[in-house]
Amino acid sequence: MFSFRDKEIAKGIVNRIKELNVHAKFMHVCGTHQDTIVKHGLDDLLRDCGIDITQGPGCPVCVTTPLEIEEAMQLARAGKIITTFGDMIRVPGSCYSLMEMNSQGYDVRAVYSIEDAVNIAKLNKDKDVVFVAVGFETTAPTTASVLLSEPPCNFSVLCCHRLIPPALKAILDMGEVRIDGFIEPGHVSTIIGLNPYRFISEEYHVPQVIAGFEPLDVLIGVYMLAQQVKNHESRVINEYKRAVKPDGNVKAQRIIKKVFSKCSVKWRGFPVIVDSGLSLRRGFSEYDAREVFSDDLEEVYSRDYAEPAGCRCSEVLRGLCSSRDCPLFGVECTPSHPVGPCMVSVEGSCQIEYRYTVR
Amino acid sequence: MCLAIPGKVVEIDRDGQHAVVDYGGTKRVVNVSLVDVKVNDYVLVHAGFAIQVLDEKEAEETLDLFRGMLSSEGV
Repeated sequence: MFSFRDKEIAKGIVNRIKELNVHAKFMHVCGTHQDTIVKHGLDDLLRDCGIDITQGPGCPVCVTTPLEIEEAMQLARAGKIITTFGDMIRVPGSCYSLMEMNSQGYDVRAVYSIEDAVNIAKLNKDKDVVFVAVGFETTAPTTASVLLSEPPCNFSVLCCHRLIPPALKAILDMGEVRIDGFIEPGHVSTIIGLNPYRFISEEYHVPQVIAGFEPLDVLIGVYMLAQQVKNHESRVINEYKRAVKPDGNVKAQRIIKKVFSKCSVKWRGFPVIVDSGLSLRRGFSEYDAREVFSDDLEEVYSRDYAEPAGCRCSEVLRGLCSSRDCPLFGVECTPSHPVGPCMVSVEGSCQIEYRYTVR
Repeated sequence: MCLAIPGKVVEIDRDGQHAVVDYGGTKRVVNVSLVDVKVNDYVLVHAGFAIQVLDEKEAEETLDLFRGMLSSEGV
């Protein structure tokens, strides 16, 4: 449909970035951006121009906490049918993954959409079906839409949705890593629009560009950031205008507000981030797996869950190190035998690095 | 997870909640309750839901902008 891979244009943009002579470190928070950057070798190309790009906490599966994974496992042990997106079932928990529970006889099913999970509930009326709802603002409205359509009473949601702007604020407040600009996630932005990012530019004076996912989108996004750095500006620029409207998807925002309220939650690799999570409003408590199955879950909350030994996913997610800095990368930790979530998810930086650069 | 794929709406169900979307030959039923769509629109689909309608005019303008910056002072 569109042609955003023109080599000549790409060369021209790279030359323009070089001419700016800006040395900067930019962060993006989206696995799909990381995929484009590594697949097309843009990271090396941009490093030669003085620009370092790193992935932050932009993989929903990766930032889901060990406790949330244990909650899902506990509900599987209690005899519920657990449904969730494919990558989630492969994330190692304290003993094993949800997928391994399947081979032990528990009922865990990967689904493409929450609507598939509802259909499973309709077909299994004698069983409880729990959907583990992970994902950012892009995915939250799909959960909201289903809950507003009166799903069957044997269906419930283990809500693990998170919000991107509070995580950006947390990264800046923690101050562990230099960030001269953010490449904002295009698909989250189709929902939330431009306004929720503005405080980052206004209060923290960090330039931002909402970018699409083709190589030219990323290159022009970097150029727009570098230009702002050069001119000492900090604005939110929308490069992905073909998909992101200034106000976002108002319909989706409305149903998110109707179904969820904001809550403060921990992210893997991070402490509790204020107002960065979504929980179901009281009116939807009959679909809230944490409410409905509180007795089954009680045991899970009495324990602490450590990160896998030697795994540096927490630091990768905070942009403190790259996948290759982890001693487990490509040795003990591979896509077929992942130790940490960043090697599981197709949006995890370790998986992407392995997929495109390990021969 | 936040991966979204563009496709073309080829048919809308009577209930207006679902549509058949063509991804270059592969067709799937998609929930379109989050967007206002009509047949022949291009939509971005995420986890079985259309999350936004793509604007072809904006896409062309962005490409023009890219081309333009190579022959002028910049964006």
